[in-house]
Amino acid sequence: MSPDLVKTIFGRLTWDAIPFHEPILLGTFAMVALGGITVLAALTYFKVWGYLWREWLTSVDHKKIGVMYIILAIIMLLRGFADALMMRAQQAIAFGDAAGYLPPHHYDQVFTAHGVIMIFFVAMPLITGLMNLVVPLQIGARDVAFPFLNNFSFWMTVGGAVTVMLSLFVGEFARTGWLAYPPLSNLAYSPDVGVDYYIWSLQIAGVGTTLSGINLIVTIVKMRAPGMSLMKMPVFTWTSLCSNVLIVASFPILTAVLALLTADRYLHTNFFTNDFGGNPMMYVNLIWIWGHPEVYILVLPAFGVFSEVVSTFCGKRLFGYSSMVYATVVITILSYIVWLHHFFTMGSGASVNSFFGITTMIISIPTGAKIFNWLFTMYRGRIRFEVPMLWTVGFMVTFVIGGMTGVLLAVPPADFVLHNSLFLIAHFHNVIIGGVVFGMFAGIVYWFPKAFGFKLDPFWGKVSFWFWQIGFFFAFMPLYVLGLMGVTRRMSHFEDHSLQIWFVISAFGAVLILIGIIAFVLQMVVGYLKREQLADPTGDPWGGRTLEWSTSSPPPAYNFAFTPVIHEVDAWHDMKQRGYVRPTTGFIPIHMPKNTGAGIILAGISIVVGFAMIWHIWWLAVASFVALVGGAIAHTFNFKRDYYIPAEEVVQVEDARTEALRSLA
Amino acid sequence: MAHAQTLTEAGETRFHLTEDHHPENGTLLGFWIYLMSDCLIFAVLFACYAVLGRNYAAGPSGADLFDLPIVAVNTALLLFSSITYGFAMLSAQAKKVPATLIWLAITGLFGLGFLSLELYEFHHLIHEGAGPQRSAFLSSFFVLVGTHGLHVTFGIIWLVTLMVQVAKRGLGVEMKRRLMCLSMFWHFLDVIWIGVFSFVYLLGALK
Amino acid sequence: MSAASHDAHHAHDDHGHDHDGGAHGSLKDYVIGFVLAVILTAIPFWLVMGHVLPSNQMTAIAVMGLAIIQVLVHMIYFLHMNSRSEGGWTMLALVFTLVVVVITLSGSLWVMHNLDTHMMAPMPHDMREVP
Repeated sequence: MSPDLVKTIFGRLTWDAIPFHEPILLGTFAMVALGGITVLAALTYFKVWGYLWREWLTSVDHKKIGVMYIILAIIMLLRGFADALMMRAQQAIAFGDAAGYLPPHHYDQVFTAHGVIMIFFVAMPLITGLMNLVVPLQIGARDVAFPFLNNFSFWMTVGGAVTVMLSLFVGEFARTGWLAYPPLSNLAYSPDVGVDYYIWSLQIAGVGTTLSGINLIVTIVKMRAPGMSLMKMPVFTWTSLCSNVLIVASFPILTAVLALLTADRYLHTNFFTNDFGGNPMMYVNLIWIWGHPEVYILVLPAFGVFSEVVSTFCGKRLFGYSSMVYATVVITILSYIVWLHHFFTMGSGASVNSFFGITTMIISIPTGAKIFNWLFTMYRGRIRFEVPMLWTVGFMVTFVIGGMTGVLLAVPPADFVLHNSLFLIAHFHNVIIGGVVFGMFAGIVYWFPKAFGFKLDPFWGKVSFWFWQIGFFFAFMPLYVLGLMGVTRRMSHFEDHSLQIWFVISAFGAVLILIGIIAFVLQMVVGYLKREQLADPTGDPWGGRTLEWSTSSPPPAYNFAFTPVIHEVDAWHDMKQRGYVRPTTGFIPIHMPKNTGAGIILAGISIVVGFAMIWHIWWLAVASFVALVGGAIAHTFNFKRDYYIPAEEVVQVEDARTEALRSLA
Repeated sequence: MAHAQTLTEAGETRFHLTEDHHPENGTLLGFWIYLMSDCLIFAVLFACYAVLGRNYAAGPSGADLFDLPIVAVNTALLLFSSITYGFAMLSAQAKKVPATLIWLAITGLFGLGFLSLELYEFHHLIHEGAGPQRSAFLSSFFVLVGTHGLHVTFGIIWLVTLMVQVAKRGLGVEMKRRLMCLSMFWHFLDVIWIGVFSFVYLLGALK
Repeated sequence: MSAASHDAHHAHDDHGHDHDGGAHGSLKDYVIGFVLAVILTAIPFWLVMGHVLPSNQMTAIAVMGLAIIQVLVHMIYFLHMNSRSEGGWTMLALVFTLVVVVITLSGSLWVMHNLDTHMMAPMPHDMREVP
């Protein structure tokens, strides 16, 4: 085969792309391959492919899609945390003559991948999964507004994750940091595939995220049960609404900016180049207009979880419902006028910096109001320190510290010293771990019994919490100290040996967190093994106050045999108070959407488009793009997308529940 | 609505409906929200044009390049296509399949005319050495106007698909809903074009 | 699940949704909108191509003003924008989007202008000459 022909067929993909000379990568690949083959073999042996395809992969059921998002997130957490461990290990040993084990070429990919994976493939799927699982149940609906789109959105997120993971074994990842600033990310300085992997994985996942945002907004606006006015919605639903509004109103900006970077890299335009009139700071400006709302997208659902958990485990209605709602809406709007605080040091001058410094301080106020409301809810409540409540109290302590360091950084002169130091790293991990991660873990433990019919093992849950909480402090408090001493972020080697002790303490903290992660997984494994003991037969294991707890655990596919009618906020609590009796007769056929393979197939084709674009395999890019559009058009010709569950089947399911509840009494 | 459903006939508080409940269809709202997100994409492209649009890099400027008569013709083509789509919607409301198909076809032809003229303009500019690589001004011009053109292209593909589906299935609820979505999309593209011809072409031709 | 109940469902849909399927236009609306749009397009083209007004700045303001008016015409007469559709949610979505668009445009211009000024980047008139 002539070299030209090879190049046409394979683009710039060559055998050099496979990391034969990198022992760490080869070792990782061996483990992944072994693990993967084992899983595939087991699935085949137990003959579950059909079941998986029918019941999960093609499912348009919001509950199953929610669970799959969370499974994706936990898997990607393992990858992202492996990156974290590698960084901590390198920074703990690389001083003076000791070069460590990770050369900068790889270290830079590790910290880039760590950021990209944790934000886009751990945090986003966690919140999306939880919102998917819970919101339709909380508003008394059967599913989301667009069930097929929901399935498609999930698989597009998986597509992005697969693309990032591919970069580990075929080619390289970006070495630019998680936001890939030009000019470094432009062709002149990153001509290889790394930044292209970054771009395409984010664009693919971004489609899923934006569509999911639209889906949940329309669901909450249109599909609430009769009587559930906006101010009677559960707080988690309110925060979900605001988070999804932020998604729809910010992700297009990311999409456009990445597209402009793509144009620079593929069409040699000059948006962000240093010459021909380009302006790299425009990228920084635009991407943070997206980036700041993004962090509120992540944290608002966590705040929603805490509201639900606090009121449930203190046996009281949430203090200050209205002010919680207003605070959430105010945060949503204000999040659009703070973005410059991410680049105070880039020279916009005093007027600009002052404006954004002040707005940044203002935005901390509604969050503070929320903390007070939670505290007031706890005051004089009958507090039960179940695992979700532990995560919540841990959040209150941890997040507040992180919030305060944020207000410190909001002061431009202080930020001039601390920008891009380890102080900044400590701050954002403080709020993301203390806020988002703790919140998502609380939510997972809280709603797990609803999804699967049994609680998670409380012992391992508590172990997980304590190791995370203490591990966090050991891992990140030293970074505050180092930052104040002037240590810069993203460095793989230092000359000053006196810094080493702090890095060693931090590495120790990372190991504690590792144990916390293992314990988190163990609480699921042990929970599954002890599921009879931990079973949730009533559907309301915690004494909940919102509608999801009125269903069985897990709920039937249709959620509610009859659409509930709402009178008060905390609808389920209201129903319990007023002697609500569950209907046992009169069931009617229920209209449901059909499963479909179109989502996973279209997402699979998208991965091929991305891969072909990354490696400049133009014929494949065009062909797969045509297939994508053609497939989507073909899908629009499918008009048979729904069916009715016959009344007899509903009767069977509901009778089984009636019987189960009776045998408990 | 609340009162009728919260009490049974006996005046007791009811906690569930006994009849079949279908929530309102959310497709039109959902599509409108998608259009708002598309608006933001264009906002970013306009912002880039606003910031970078005078960076000529010692190359040609808008005043040197823009052929306003062609832009006027293009604007007319798009505006006509908007009104013909409107006529298609009126025919669809009246459930007249042949009339709907004809007006859709005419809309599509206007759209194709618009695209052809735009491609001709781009080809001419590139031929003169004023392609998107020449300067940041030209990069932002080509990407902004080109993205609009790509949207029109997808709109035409969608339009043809809908014509096939209407021909096969008639003008029931589902097809009218889809036509409404494309209607919103099509008019929205005309709104964006107002921004393009005013801000890019007319203002660009001034300096 | 039987064909009968499936069709019955669709018949129910037909009655129930004829009036909620988004706002509809009338022939009058489309014609008025079209005529207004033509006028609002012809004027700015004439102003620019005919060098009608004494200063470029006045022309620019006129062009932008007329553009905004024409956008409103399209919104009202072609997109049937009103505060009642979808319970006011489409209007709310539009207003919110406009706010974000204004922040993005004005914010970017303000920030980038300040950056360029303070960081001594070549000014626009320089960028004409810089290769």
